[in-house]
Amino acid sequence: MNKKEIIAKRAAEELKPYSIINLGIGIPTLVANYLDKDKYYLHTENGMLGVTSVKEDDIDPLLVNAGKLPVGEAVGASYFHSADSFAMIRGGHVDVAILGALQVDSDGLVANYAIPGKDIIGVGGAMDLLVGAKQIIVTTNHVSKDGSPKLIDKCTYPITSTRKVDVIITDMAVFKWKEGGFELTELVGDTSLKEVEENTTLSYRISKRLLQKESS
Amino acid sequence: MTVLTPESAQQAIQKVKSGDVIMVGGFGLIGSPLTLIDALTKHDVSDLTVISNNVGEAGRGLGILLRQGKLKKAIGSYFTSNREVAQWYNKGKLSLQLLPQGTLSEAIRAGGAGIGGFYTKTAVGTDLAKGKETKEIDGETYVFEKALKADVALIRAWKADTKGNLVYYKTARNFNPMMATAAKYVIAEVDEIVEEGELSPEEIVTPHLFVDEVIKSRLILTKEGVVERE
Repeated sequence: MNKKEIIAKRAAEELKPYSIINLGIGIPTLVANYLDKDKYYLHTENGMLGVTSVKEDDIDPLLVNAGKLPVGEAVGASYFHSADSFAMIRGGHVDVAILGALQVDSDGLVANYAIPGKDIIGVGGAMDLLVGAKQIIVTTNHVSKDGSPKLIDKCTYPITSTRKVDVIITDMAVFKWKEGGFELTELVGDTSLKEVEENTTLSYRISKRLLQKESS
Repeated sequence: MTVLTPESAQQAIQKVKSGDVIMVGGFGLIGSPLTLIDALTKHDVSDLTVISNNVGEAGRGLGILLRQGKLKKAIGSYFTSNREVAQWYNKGKLSLQLLPQGTLSEAIRAGGAGIGGFYTKTAVGTDLAKGKETKEIDGETYVFEKALKADVALIRAWKADTKGNLVYYKTARNFNPMMATAAKYVIAEVDEIVEEGELSPEEIVTPHLFVDEVIKSRLILTKEGVVERE
C-alpha cells in the first residue's frame, strides 16, 4: 500500500457501521475502497445518497460524485437536488465528513480551500461540511511536498471554518481532539514519536498508552 | 395549457438580453444545458451575470461565453474547474462572487420561494463572511446571505411532458430544480418530450407552473465527451 492507501484504510476503521458518510476529494475518496459497501451509506453533495463503486463498462457520465468521478448506485440509493443535499449537511443529518487539508492547527482549525497569493476561486462544499457534519475526520499527508509540516501551530492559510476537527489521520500518526487539545493516539507503521515530533509544529500531548509503550 | 416548444434553441435563447442575470444548471458539464449554452454563444448579448456552480471548463460549456467576453460577473462556488476564470478576474474583466456551495444552492431556493435571504452558520468567521451581517441565534453565530434571482434560467432535465412538468436523471439533477423556481423565465432542455399524463404525478420533480419553454437537447454529454445527438 502507498501512503495514501494507508491513510484511507485507517480512516475507514474510524467509521461506525450504518453511518452516513461524506467523502471529500483526494485521499477521502479512497476510503470507500476499504468499506463493506452494504454497511455504510455514502452521501455526495452533488445530490445522492447511496454512492457505490462502478465497473468500467457500467460508467454513466451523468452519475458522478463531488469530484466528478464516475460512481455507481447502491441498492436503496436516492437522488435529490443541491439545496436538499446541503440541507442534509448543514442540518446535521450527515454523521461523518472526511476531508483533505492544506493545514490543521493547534486550535483544531482547518485550512483547505485557498492559498494566499493564489486566487481564491473555489470553495465547493467544504465550509458547509465543516459546520454541519457531526464528526470531522481530516486525512492528509503528514508533511507537504517540500517537507514542511502541515500540522502547525496556527493556520497561515485562510481557515475554512471556526469548527474544530475531531480526528487527524496522516501517514505518520493519528491525533484526536480531546479535552481542549489534540492527543497523539497512534503511530502509523514504524513511525517513532521522535519522527512525529520533528515533523509537527501543532501542539499535542501523547496518549498514556503510547507513553507506556515507549517506556516498556 | 401546454408549454411552449420552439423549433430551435436559437429561437428560445432570444429571451436572454444584454445585462441580464441568468441561472445555468449543472455541476461542471453534468446536468448542464449544453444545447442552450451553445445557442447563447451564437446570440449577440453582453454584460451577462451568470449564476452557476462553475463557469464550465476552459473553452467548454459556459467557458465559451467567458472567452467571448459576454460575461460581466459570475456567481458560483467552484471556479477552479476553469483556470481562465482567474485570468479574466485578474485583468479586471470579470467580477466574481464566491459562495459556499450550500449557500449558493439555498440562496437560489430562497429566491424562488419568496424569501429575501437567510441566516446560515456556513462560512462564519472565514474570509467569505467578511463584510456580511451576523446574528446570534440561540447562542450560535449565523451570517446573513441574500437570496438569488434571475431574469432567465437555462436548465437541464431528463424528460418533460407537453405541459412542462419535469423529471431529472441521476446526478444531472443538481442545481436545476431550484433554478427552475428562481427566474422570471425558465427554459428547460430535455432528452425527451412526452404527452401529458405519461409522467406519473408522484415522479414529477418540477411542476409545470415553473417552466415556460421546453426544447429538445441536441448536444449531450457522453463517455466520449460532448457530442451531437444522432
